[in-house]
Amino acid sequence: MTLLSIDDLVVEHRSPGRPVVRAVAGASLTVGPGEVVGLVGESGCGKSTLARAVCGLNPITEGSITFDGEPVTPLGLRRRRLTGIQMVFQDPYASLNPRRRVGDQIADGLRTVRDTATSPADLLERVGLPREFAGRHPHEFSGGQRQRVAIARALAARPRLLIGDEPISALDASAQAQVARLMRDLAVESGAGLLFISHDLSVVRLIADRIVVMYLGRIVEVGDTAEVWADPRHPYTRALLGAVPKPDGLGVLPAELPGDVPDPANPPGGCRFHPRCPLVMDVCREKDPGFGPVACWLHEPK
Amino acid sequence: MTLDIGGLTVSIGGKEILRGVDLRLEAGRVHGLAGESGSGKTMTGLAVLGLLPHGARVSGAIRLGERDLLTLPPKELNRVRGGEVAMVFQDPATSLHPMLTIGKQLTEHMRHHLKLGRAEARARAVELLGKVRIPGPEEAYGRFPHQFSGGMRQRIAIAIALACSPKVLIADEPTTALDVTVQAGVLRLLRGLCDELGLAVLLVTHDLGVMSAVADEVSVMKDGLVVESGPRGQVLREPAHAYTRSLLDSLPDAELR
Ligand SMILES: Nc1ncnc2c1ncn2[C@@H]1O[C@H](COP(=O)(O)OP(=O)(O)O)[C@@H](O)[C@H]1O
Ligand code: SF4
Ligand SMILES: [Mg+2]
Repeated sequence: MTLLSIDDLVVEHRSPGRPVVRAVAGASLTVGPGEVVGLVGESGCGKSTLARAVCGLNPITEGSITFDGEPVTPLGLRRRRLTGIQMVFQDPYASLNPRRRVGDQIADGLRTVRDTATSPADLLERVGLPREFAGRHPHEFSGGQRQRVAIARALAARPRLLIGDEPISALDASAQAQVARLMRDLAVESGAGLLFISHDLSVVRLIADRIVVMYLGRIVEVGDTAEVWADPRHPYTRALLGAVPKPDGLGVLPAELPGDVPDPANPPGGCRFHPRCPLVMDVCREKDPGFGPVACWLHEPK
Repeated sequence: MTLDIGGLTVSIGGKEILRGVDLRLEAGRVHGLAGESGSGKTMTGLAVLGLLPHGARVSGAIRLGERDLLTLPPKELNRVRGGEVAMVFQDPATSLHPMLTIGKQLTEHMRHHLKLGRAEARARAVELLGKVRIPGPEEAYGRFPHQFSGGMRQRIAIAIALACSPKVLIADEPTTALDVTVQAGVLRLLRGLCDELGLAVLLVTHDLGVMSAVADEVSVMKDGLVVESGPRGQVLREPAHAYTRSLLDSLPDAELR
């Protein structure tokens, strides 16, 4: 059974006096219970916009998002807690209240699901922090610890879907893999789905069951993590993976992907990747490869 | 020029942060410095620049050619910093002023350190923007930082670092905040500049892939000490120290090697 299903989602940003930005331009993906899906792509490709739409924080222009069989509509924060979706953001400072003890903030989450058996200290312990830290304020924690607190608070509401939007990007390197693994373990243990958004491909590879690759508002490739890693098929996925330098000690400079991500307010016609694609063909400039799991004319389904 | 760090110790508030660091940077070579956060990588870079926090106690030596930067009078140290020794940080926002055009930021350095005239400084700035491959350097000269992408901003920060023809470049996690595709370009740029200009580069990075791509020598720090140092291939393929091995083993693709 799918837990989250996103179908042909379009999300537009409108601001007065500026062209409409179609940040998500027809994207589909699913997340099952206990499944970890990694969403990757260069900054500005629409990952955060998609995640915010799933939480009801960005209105849907076209298409649909279904969570647990129910359509997702724009909701307030309180209702969102009740729906069972929780989000962890890049900057834990932005989501934690600096003036309240972290234990009290975790208790809020427990209250929304009427959990009287669990204490905030139990949750701190689950995210690898000492129980007595419940009495501290956010500024008394390091960046990595603060993100653990944000995760504990998200878990308190017993989400069935956890979304992490670049939850490790602001952490220092040694903490990144640890926090990512922690999110994976906690989600899988509780049977929740995890949509993990990151521009760090090596970390996504470490924790995701499936990888979803996004480019300029579209999903260009979806597949089992190990398979995509071993045999990336979309030229964009190849370029992304080819750019990750390998720690093999051989001094090989990673391949460069020429050109910049085009402006989503004015995307190229045909295949959106065609101006940067090393394998571009005539058909690519004319027709949009609007199919999956690999949206590329070289991989058209039979 | 060679930068030779010997027995460098730094303590702040009674706490020993660096406990006798030895490192040698050579012209035209990239020296990578790895290690967990808090191991002292950034502090080592700051010590070279004379930018340690107030009240820090330092001993040892940092020799740039014939001079010891630790005993240099403040005025001369100022000339070295931003002149012969330049720095690039993780977040280009740290080195770029949001309210000044990049042309202004580039030329101010040159006019101050190199005593260039307005026209000369402008010509050199445009040339530098071209060197770090900013498209349309003439137009870019008059723009503000926010009008560029993150990768372009880091290239501009590198151009500013190069403005006064430094001999030594300290780059602290210069690509950590960038997309991998953009990182690839910045790494190629750094490597190219090192070779072309004969820069001695200290590249601080936690990313052993980045290290492997551009560093000639690799040193690994732990708890304020360099625990292993050697040619890239040796340190990354046949690490001698257990700590280096543990760093390599913890990588997601450890099973591939
Ligand atoms: N609130 C907003 N108003 C206008 N444009 C926006 C807004 N948020 C994001 N965008 C634009 O939408 C596109 C996708 O952005 P985003 O979803 O943040 O991508 P990502 O998370 O992948 O970096 C970008 O071009 C971005 O500039
Ligand atoms: S459809 Fe064409 S341009 Fe697009 S990725 Fe495939 S080959 Fe490249
Ligand atoms: Mg984002």
